[in-house]
Amino acid sequence: MSIRVDGVTKSFGTFKALDHVSLDVPQGTLLALLGPSGSGKTTLLRIIAGLEWPDSGRIEEDGTDITDRHARQREVGFVFQHYALFRHMSVFENVAFGMRVRKAPKTEVRARVEELLRLVRLEGLGSRKPAQLSGGQRQRVALARALAIRPRILLLDEPFGALDAKVRVELRQWLRRLHDEIGMTTVFVTHDQEEAFELADEVVVMNHGRVEQRGKPDEVFDKPATPFVMDFLGNVNVYHGRVEKGRAFWHGVPIDYPDYPHAQARPARVYLRPHELDITRTAPAGEGSLAATVIRQTRTGPITRITCQPGEGGGELHVDLPSAAARELDLRSGDAVSIIPRHVRVFLPAPEYVI
Amino acid sequence: MTSKPRDAATATSPLGLLLITGAVATVGLLIVAPLASVFVDAFSNGPQAWWEALAHDPDTRHAIWLSLTVAPIAVLINTIFGVAAAWLVARFRFPGRSLLVSLFDVPFSVSPVVAGLALVLIFGRQGLLGPTLASLAVKVIFAWPGLVLATTFVTLPLVARELIPVMEAIGPEEELAAVSLGASGWQVFWRVTLPNIRWALLHGIVLANARAMGEFGAVYVVSGHIAGATDTMPLRVEKLFQEYRTPASMAVASVLAALALLTLVAKVFIERQLEAESQELEAARATSADTDPTTGGDGS
Repeated sequence: MSIRVDGVTKSFGTFKALDHVSLDVPQGTLLALLGPSGSGKTTLLRIIAGLEWPDSGRIEEDGTDITDRHARQREVGFVFQHYALFRHMSVFENVAFGMRVRKAPKTEVRARVEELLRLVRLEGLGSRKPAQLSGGQRQRVALARALAIRPRILLLDEPFGALDAKVRVELRQWLRRLHDEIGMTTVFVTHDQEEAFELADEVVVMNHGRVEQRGKPDEVFDKPATPFVMDFLGNVNVYHGRVEKGRAFWHGVPIDYPDYPHAQARPARVYLRPHELDITRTAPAGEGSLAATVIRQTRTGPITRITCQPGEGGGELHVDLPSAAARELDLRSGDAVSIIPRHVRVFLPAPEYVI
Repeated sequence: MTSKPRDAATATSPLGLLLITGAVATVGLLIVAPLASVFVDAFSNGPQAWWEALAHDPDTRHAIWLSLTVAPIAVLINTIFGVAAAWLVARFRFPGRSLLVSLFDVPFSVSPVVAGLALVLIFGRQGLLGPTLASLAVKVIFAWPGLVLATTFVTLPLVARELIPVMEAIGPEEELAAVSLGASGWQVFWRVTLPNIRWALLHGIVLANARAMGEFGAVYVVSGHIAGATDTMPLRVEKLFQEYRTPASMAVASVLAALALLTLVAKVFIERQLEAESQELEAARATSADTDPTTGGDGS
């Protein structure tokens, strides 16, 4: 089942949750809606599920307009952020619910529930109450319950948000395998870029009720379309520089930027990712490096982050190195270093027109 | 529950003893002694006389029967109203919502006598709807419908007040989940909402029933005191007392008091269930981000 969202707008009072959002989700895709809280991603998910109504715009399923179809008839599997399991029902009855309200024959219900409990690796726990399960187990009950109605699309709202780190990673990999097995069109909402990039075929980055960028995880990471995406993906050094004659200048260090061939200089924001910077003790020949002083080092597992102060002043600068390389360099606070950008992104502010 | 031996020790200090004595004396004098004296007086001529006072006086029999009819009808109306009102208030946001919630409380703040008079002003023969009701030959005031109306009025907030906080604490998510799984509105209510609020609902019903059985003021005004027709149990107690038939009056009063004690037992039991459920809810919230080793280890 493919989904098409066409020009959907939704306001809550004066707050515009979605602003003319359009989105295509091809059959079988695992798509992530990524954005900060308040970006409209959950509202969009709920509108696709029929749990919210758009103020304007259309929702289509395989080319059929389903905008006015009640959530009850949409055959959408929805997994809520806090699972929303029926607390007074056993695990078995939770999973059976969708079939019970459809008056499915008892033997069929039993067979299907048992099959699903096996699929989510909860066989034998059917008689437990949700309160007797761990967070990860509840999550899987919620998933089994959503799959029980044989939905045509699966929607998940922050599916791993309430789990601890280890369980989260395991469930993530498990969900990816499950998706590969059953191949259902799946959309999930997350604010965690790692989750989006690891799990999804495609990532849609949202902000202020709009789609900022859509693409494969690599594309979005390597070619952020907007300053917001760059910022949101995090871990980035931002500077005010300028562009001029096909070059961007950062602390006086020129970097090739062929997109701006004009002679007139313009201010620009220069984005440097910590892992795309090199650091050396001796300045290389030429003008492509920046002198700086080491302030401190912090090691987090395989990566060591070196915080430097550029010689000409300005904010701190982070450089990420593999820990082995950092050990070889053996830097101390106060050491003089040279920083060489391997890659840089430049965003020009929107042009200001003078009337 | 969390008291330690040390807490018990401080209670035996002179001030502690004084306070305990004061509390016991107050409860004994104001609650236990009057209640006990009702039963003592009721049985002062032996159980035989007690039974005769209740069963052999047709007016008393009728009063008991009337109370046992009027109260359940009023409670039923309030249950339906309370569930609907709580659903509306807990699940929807609309202009005038907080005004509506405040209006629910009017019966608590208005004197029951005033409520009764207000009903007379509307449904009485000279009242607003008097001529209409007269032309339809429907009698409200000085008849059982008036008793039901008055009782419903004074017990109106009880069920809704119990349900609103519980429904707000539970949240709408389970209901939305049920809808997305294909449940109709009724299915959502019967299979998801009602089981979740059942103890709070029962609590409200028990409280409303106790209040309905014991209501005097509002019912006094609208009933007209017709023995064997519009006297409920509390009215009958008062009438027998005014007629210097104290043992008979106390016999009826003892039935009311016994009902009250029964209510108390039911209330304590239900409150324990409610307590257990709210703890379960809290535990569920707390373990949402748990580190249960069974999750990580199984099946992989």
